[in-house]
Amino acid sequence: MAGDLEFEKPVIELKKKINELREYTKNTEMDLSSEIEKLEARLEKVEKEIYENIKPWDRVSIARHPERPTTLDYISLLFTDFFECHGDRLFGDDEAIVGGIAKFHGLPITVIGHQRGKDTKENIRRNFGMPHPEGYRKALRLMKQAEKFKRPIICFIDTKGAYPGKAAEERGQSEAIARNLFEMAGLKVPVICIVIGEGGSGGALALGVGNHVHMLENSTYSVISPEGAASILWRDASLAKKAAESMKITAPDLKELGIIDEIISEARGGAHRDVNQQAGEINRVLKASLKELSCLSEEELVDHRYKKYKLIGEYTSLNEYIGVN
Amino acid sequence: MLKELFTKTKKKKYATIPSETAKQDVPEGIMTKCPNCKKIMYTKELVKTLKVCFHCGYHHQMNSKERIQSFVDSGSFQELNKGMVSGNPLNFPVYEEKLEKDRKKTHLNEAVVTGVAEIGGMGVVVAIMDASFRMGSMGSVVGEKITLAIEKADELKVPFIIFTASGGARMQEGVLSLMQMAKTSVALKRFSDHGGLIISIMTHPTTGGVSASFASLGDYNFAEPGALIGFAGRRIIEQTIREDLPEDFQTAEFLLKHGQLDAVITRQELRDRIISILEIHQPGGSISWQEI
Ligand SMILES: [Zn+2]
Repeated sequence: MAGDLEFEKPVIELKKKINELREYTKNTEMDLSSEIEKLEARLEKVEKEIYENIKPWDRVSIARHPERPTTLDYISLLFTDFFECHGDRLFGDDEAIVGGIAKFHGLPITVIGHQRGKDTKENIRRNFGMPHPEGYRKALRLMKQAEKFKRPIICFIDTKGAYPGKAAEERGQSEAIARNLFEMAGLKVPVICIVIGEGGSGGALALGVGNHVHMLENSTYSVISPEGAASILWRDASLAKKAAESMKITAPDLKELGIIDEIISEARGGAHRDVNQQAGEINRVLKASLKELSCLSEEELVDHRYKKYKLIGEYTSLNEYIGVN
Repeated sequence: MLKELFTKTKKKKYATIPSETAKQDVPEGIMTKCPNCKKIMYTKELVKTLKVCFHCGYHHQMNSKERIQSFVDSGSFQELNKGMVSGNPLNFPVYEEKLEKDRKKTHLNEAVVTGVAEIGGMGVVVAIMDASFRMGSMGSVVGEKITLAIEKADELKVPFIIFTASGGARMQEGVLSLMQMAKTSVALKRFSDHGGLIISIMTHPTTGGVSASFASLGDYNFAEPGALIGFAGRRIIEQTIREDLPEDFQTAEFLLKHGQLDAVITRQELRDRIISILEIHQPGGSISWQEI
């Protein structure tokens, strides 16, 4: 099957073998059922071993899987009456970010997310899910609109990063990202962010200042791509795997660091194996978040977000001041 | 702007407002010639498709009466301030005669019709500009009627929906026209601060002072396909920058691409899509987030 990942190879090979034997028995008198049973038992063991010990780099490859469900996949499975709103009212409409209004269990919400393409053509149109400033400014426009009409905001994060390009710099990529962090801090409605794929740096965080931040089990969230980190740290992008191991980019890592609230479990092998099941898992977590956050007043919501981010960061203090005298 | 829109240009590559002479090519009323594909069709048939050309999809101009009939729930429209008419504040020559002529021609008192209505059973205030009256230009009456409609929406706590169609400011009322931009915007700001929902639907043509005020101030800004929307006139821009402009310049599709519109919506889809948006904005019903 296309899109099989390196670390899954033993599983795939075993499955193939079992299927071959099954086909074979159909056409002969030979009884191979005990052979098949043995292989199935082994498959179960191998699967367990592989999928319960997924390494950070394996998660990177799942998060980047070309068939991994995107924002629009989840929108169509989780919400009704989705109406996509375009444009930042300033410069353009960036299709690397989609957003609009919809209903979740009959109640209004605003949903915004990075959007990758499913094929080359769509990827070119959506710039591989790497936004320009106008994408962030559209997102902010929709967030302010949600605040006006008092509906919760749900953000899906899935980007390699904000687009590093000339035009993006000319139009203020930094300002656009910074503005979103600043304004999201003050939103008087619940904000729930879910990392569904790659959470690439500031370009991801610009949709990520929420009351609750959740991550899909195999998604990643990092200050820079493993390749980028490897090239900066060791001047060798091929050491990406090593960088992935050391950078704390997986959902369990971020949970441990207190940055995210919940890890949303995925089907064995990744969300792309069962999109409906994945939407079901997200639905469950979203519902719980909304129930909890809708009890808070406008002021409490802002305060809740303030405290959440205030707590992030690790440091120690020296007992004695060592001066330079 | 207004004068320019009336001027016939020789190269008609782009959207222009059908001139008086073009309209006379075919027998008035019975037949209509599509300015886009040039096909001639029975007006009766065209009305059945909401005046969208069944050959090429061109959206023919709709007057306010046709718009009300096709958009709001049947029988729900109650007009507001129907009798308001313009004076001649600057004593502008032949202005009164021109107004009188348009009143006779259109059976309207001014270039905007406002009222309370329902759409999909939901209460709204609608304002519909009518380009057949003085090119939909905005003078004191247009500004006042729109402002009163916004205040009505605020009072009733219902959404405000406006269909724009305008050549811009009404020259004969001078700076009073200009100030209608501020007056309507001030009213919209207060309405918006009260949580009011504003939906703007730009139709052909929406230009000048109207595009630079309430037309662009919707929480949702929509336009009909092919509608000409812009601030400055095409020829003025071409003369100023001495460059040829792209063919789709200042069309609804051009604006969508440049971030100014939420969506371009065909006339056939419009009612359903607005109903869907209104439903999302209905004040909280009996269910809450605790009960999902
Ligand atoms: Zn036609």
